[in-house]
Amino acid sequence: MQHGKYRFIVGFLAAPLALYALFVIWPFIQSIYYSLTDWSGLSPEFGFVGFDNYSRMLDDEIFWKSLQHSLTLAVVLPLVTVGLALFFAFMLNVGGRRRRGAAIAGVRGSAFYKIVYFFPQVLSIAIVALLFQFAYNPNSGAINSALKLVGLGSIQPDWLGDPKLALICVMAVLVWSTVGFFVVLFSAGMASIPRDFYEAALLDGANRFTTFFKITLPLLWDTVQSGWIYMGILALGAESFAVVQIMTVGPNGGGPDYSTVVLPLYVYQKAFRDGQAAYATTIGVALLLVTLAFAAVVMKLGRRERLEF
Amino acid sequence: MKTTDTVTPGVESPDPSGGAGPAVAKTAAPTPRKESKSEGAVLNVFSHGVLIIWAIMVVMPLLWAVMTSFKTDRAIFTSPWSLPDSLHFENWSRAWSQAHMSDYFMNTIVVVGGSLVGTLLLGSMAAYVLARFDFPGNRFIYFLFIGGMSFPIILALVPLFYVMQNMALLNTPHGLILVYIAYSLPFTVFFLTAFFRTLPTSVAEAAFVDGASHTRTFFQVMLPMAKPGLISVGIFNFLGQWNQYLLPTVLNTEQDQKVLSQGLVQLATSQGYKGDWSGLFAGLVMAMLPVLAAYIIFQRQVVAGLTAGAVK
Repeated sequence: MQHGKYRFIVGFLAAPLALYALFVIWPFIQSIYYSLTDWSGLSPEFGFVGFDNYSRMLDDEIFWKSLQHSLTLAVVLPLVTVGLALFFAFMLNVGGRRRRGAAIAGVRGSAFYKIVYFFPQVLSIAIVALLFQFAYNPNSGAINSALKLVGLGSIQPDWLGDPKLALICVMAVLVWSTVGFFVVLFSAGMASIPRDFYEAALLDGANRFTTFFKITLPLLWDTVQSGWIYMGILALGAESFAVVQIMTVGPNGGGPDYSTVVLPLYVYQKAFRDGQAAYATTIGVALLLVTLAFAAVVMKLGRRERLEF
Repeated sequence: MKTTDTVTPGVESPDPSGGAGPAVAKTAAPTPRKESKSEGAVLNVFSHGVLIIWAIMVVMPLLWAVMTSFKTDRAIFTSPWSLPDSLHFENWSRAWSQAHMSDYFMNTIVVVGGSLVGTLLLGSMAAYVLARFDFPGNRFIYFLFIGGMSFPIILALVPLFYVMQNMALLNTPHGLILVYIAYSLPFTVFFLTAFFRTLPTSVAEAAFVDGASHTRTFFQVMLPMAKPGLISVGIFNFLGQWNQYLLPTVLNTEQDQKVLSQGLVQLATSQGYKGDWSGLFAGLVMAMLPVLAAYIIFQRQVVAGLTAGAVK
């Protein structure tokens, strides 16, 4: 298959590679360069300032706040989401009444649960954020009115308006919208674990609690780990940006009193609201480092013997 | 209750405290202990309870939104949980025409349609070459593509904005299409390269021997064979591009070019001041319904398409 091979290769790779280089690779390289300048983004002139932006960043209180919030999201969100999803998936696959001859049984209607749980996954994160912004509305939102209906009218939190609650509210929305995806993912993994393993464990007198930690979780570990990384990247990146920007108060979100500002949002605000493009890319570089560090840590912590079955 | 948990006749019940050897485990039917009957029942109730609670938590906000979209503004504020007194369809028509929902829909369809076709075409071309041909730089280009999956988009957005501006691509549908394609390529190439590697080589070689060019072999033999992979990655990209918020927010700020997600957010801001909450909810539900309907109809393919990406 030599005839015209290289012409073909070049012809097929040229367009995708050009597009990718121009809109993805080149901007990434540029952003690292821009972080060493004083470019405002508004005028074409700028000068080289070395690491000034980086030292400024280290003194920037809001940067530290957004870093802290982003790290909180990256730790708490995967923990809660993956934990809940594992719990639900185990319930779906093992929580059912045993039928004749089966060591384990899924609950009745598990297919239905999986369909419903997956709903939020297909919705735009912008729509989800808007919906919950209304639900959280302190005066006439769904949540506070529901509290009133069940006689808890004295508890009427300000949810997104309360600096102590706002970040938790934002996290709850992200958990709500992603759990279903992981339930389906983990369910598929659990379904592929051979039944013999469960039968053997039951014969050995193991209860379901032990079964989960000794059989299901170890055999599912690879999927759990990639889910963990996926969720963390999501929490550090575009999804957290959308939720915080849309739901929380302030000119471009992040309030009240910077209590929910996260790194991607701060990059956006600096670049497109404050006209500090160079400084924004500096924070972006920090975000990149945090993301890579997160992935490295999870892979390191999660490393264990690979189990084949 | 049926005799679900009884011991199969003829098989000796092993000692539940751990006497059963592995050999028995393979052959004997499972013989749960006596108390496991009640344990199973309790657990069954418990698991159904928990699962139903989460199902309600998922569905409630969506139903609430649908309900609210049929109410008057007054009713939304005075009794958020009551059913609408009558179905106020005028909210929907107001959102569709006056609040520009129809325009946002059209913009989204144009942009997503264009970028989906482009992503699948360019993605499969690159993936095919990377999967099937040996040439210097193959590995480098492959890793260049898949490296894009782990970088935060927001970092590239600032320079990208000015790249687009210099090329006069800001606030244009074709500009947005090109950017969507570029940012969809990493995953698409990654997925399709793996897919093309699994396809048998003999058919393509036969076609080539018969005198078909490489290009013709690709379009007439390989692409049809890759259909399942294209569908999976197509669904993944469709949902991702349809729901995209960050890219259009930065690169597409002109009012009449807005796509659905950003149009809705803008609507929320402006309608909020005008107080047209019912119209806003109608718009919100309008934007939710097509994807939910598509999901329910193509449920299997959607789930397979989305989870295929995460496992591999």
